[in-house]
Amino acid sequence: MIELDNIQKSFGEVTILKGIDATFKPGLVNMIIGASGTGKSVLLKCMVGLEQPTVGSVMYNQRNFSHSTRKEQIEIRKDIGMLFQGAALFDSKTVEENVRFPLDILTNLPLDEKLDKVNQVLDRVGLTDTNYKMPSELSGGMKKRVGIARAIVNNSKYLFCDEPNSGLDPQTSITIDNLIKEITQEYDITTIVVSHDMNSVMEIGDYIMFMHQGLKLWEGSSDQILDSEVDEFNDFVFANNLMRSLKKLKK
Amino acid sequence: MLKSAGRYFMFLGSLFKNRESFKTYISLFFDESVKVGTNSIFLIATVSVFMGAVTTIQTAFNLVSPLIPKYVIAIVVRDMVLLELSPTIIAIIFAGKVGSNIAGELGTMRITEQIDALEVMGINSSSYLVLPKVLATLFMFPALVATSAFLSILGGYLAVSFTDVITPAEYTQGIRYQLNEFMVIFAMIKAVTFAFLVSTISSFMGYYTKGGALEVGQASTSAVTNSVIFILLADYLLAQLLAEYLISF
Repeated sequence: MIELDNIQKSFGEVTILKGIDATFKPGLVNMIIGASGTGKSVLLKCMVGLEQPTVGSVMYNQRNFSHSTRKEQIEIRKDIGMLFQGAALFDSKTVEENVRFPLDILTNLPLDEKLDKVNQVLDRVGLTDTNYKMPSELSGGMKKRVGIARAIVNNSKYLFCDEPNSGLDPQTSITIDNLIKEITQEYDITTIVVSHDMNSVMEIGDYIMFMHQGLKLWEGSSDQILDSEVDEFNDFVFANNLMRSLKKLKK
Repeated sequence: MLKSAGRYFMFLGSLFKNRESFKTYISLFFDESVKVGTNSIFLIATVSVFMGAVTTIQTAFNLVSPLIPKYVIAIVVRDMVLLELSPTIIAIIFAGKVGSNIAGELGTMRITEQIDALEVMGINSSSYLVLPKVLATLFMFPALVATSAFLSILGGYLAVSFTDVITPAEYTQGIRYQLNEFMVIFAMIKAVTFAFLVSTISSFMGYYTKGGALEVGQASTSAVTNSVIFILLADYLLAQLLAEYLISF
């Protein structure tokens, strides 16, 4: 479980996050949504330690991540996997080396055991026999899948995904969404997805948190979205025709 | 300017904090040594041979007094090569090839979030990525300078063999005449200093790149420009500091 306690973040005079409280439960796909520039990515960076919150703390299973020593942070980070917007695969390494990388750095497992794990997760994400391909030889969707494999290879308890569907066609987006959902349930991971894709939200979101100008304005499940009475949230959600039609249908 | 200097020294400090295991650095060190050293040999060799040949011919055409023995031409070539041409000119070329490569590589890793990916895994990215580059450069560049000095002198020999400016025997005599061994030490001190400057300045420029492809290009250019400026500054300071030792050695 991940708990956010009054997270505030400022860059100089500009305050991006204005006090966010939230709880993200394991086995669920927790989605943070909102328009561009509302602070979703900054919040995600605060959660994984790429930014330090100005005020407040991030707790991983009761362990305070934001105010711990670097050694303690490294221990917590061993349980964190992250899928970046552009997958962030290491260009000079093959698919196998990319996926094996966390095991090389964070564990002392023998090589054959590492390779077993790598093949296991590559099979899981549907990328059998791609071990020796370079990232430049992969499509956008394949890169994302390798990114997911790398994020979960060390039995991560927490999976963070930053815009997992950006740059992907609708069909591949659905494949990636489903993969995230299945992996979350299969491994009982606490998954947090930052997105502004309403199709993904409706498809896989178990808990949804809406952010607007650095504040949490709405939270709930995908079933409750159509009943929301928060204007800013409705403006965001019903900006596309599909969602408007859904609402009309429900009425 | 002061802020940048402060950030640079803090960056250097971060290379030695929270390092990974020694084993991790060994393979990275060898990989970087190949990239930094082995892959530069062809360029350095080509430049060095021609540099030695041209210096010999130019010196011969400028030293035409009947009072000066011809082997002095070779002495001038040898001293120029050891004291200035091999360490400094090769360092400038090295900054253009390796410095821009380091800055481009790190800059690209920064903008494509590969550095963030390392940090999320709990790896000190600056130490993991930069320390092997710095150590490999410190190890390989002096070897490149030594190779360059040898090839430059060889280039001079080839030039006198194919022309009649002086005889190969006179050239060999000059090369061997009263060699001040401190010149070699001086060249190595310069090589180590320049290697440190090129690798750390280029890494610093690349590591803190922000933006996109345009900024990566700018970081590479800044890496080369700043490296060259600091190489020349260090060259002058070292000449001031060590010239006395050279005379008294």
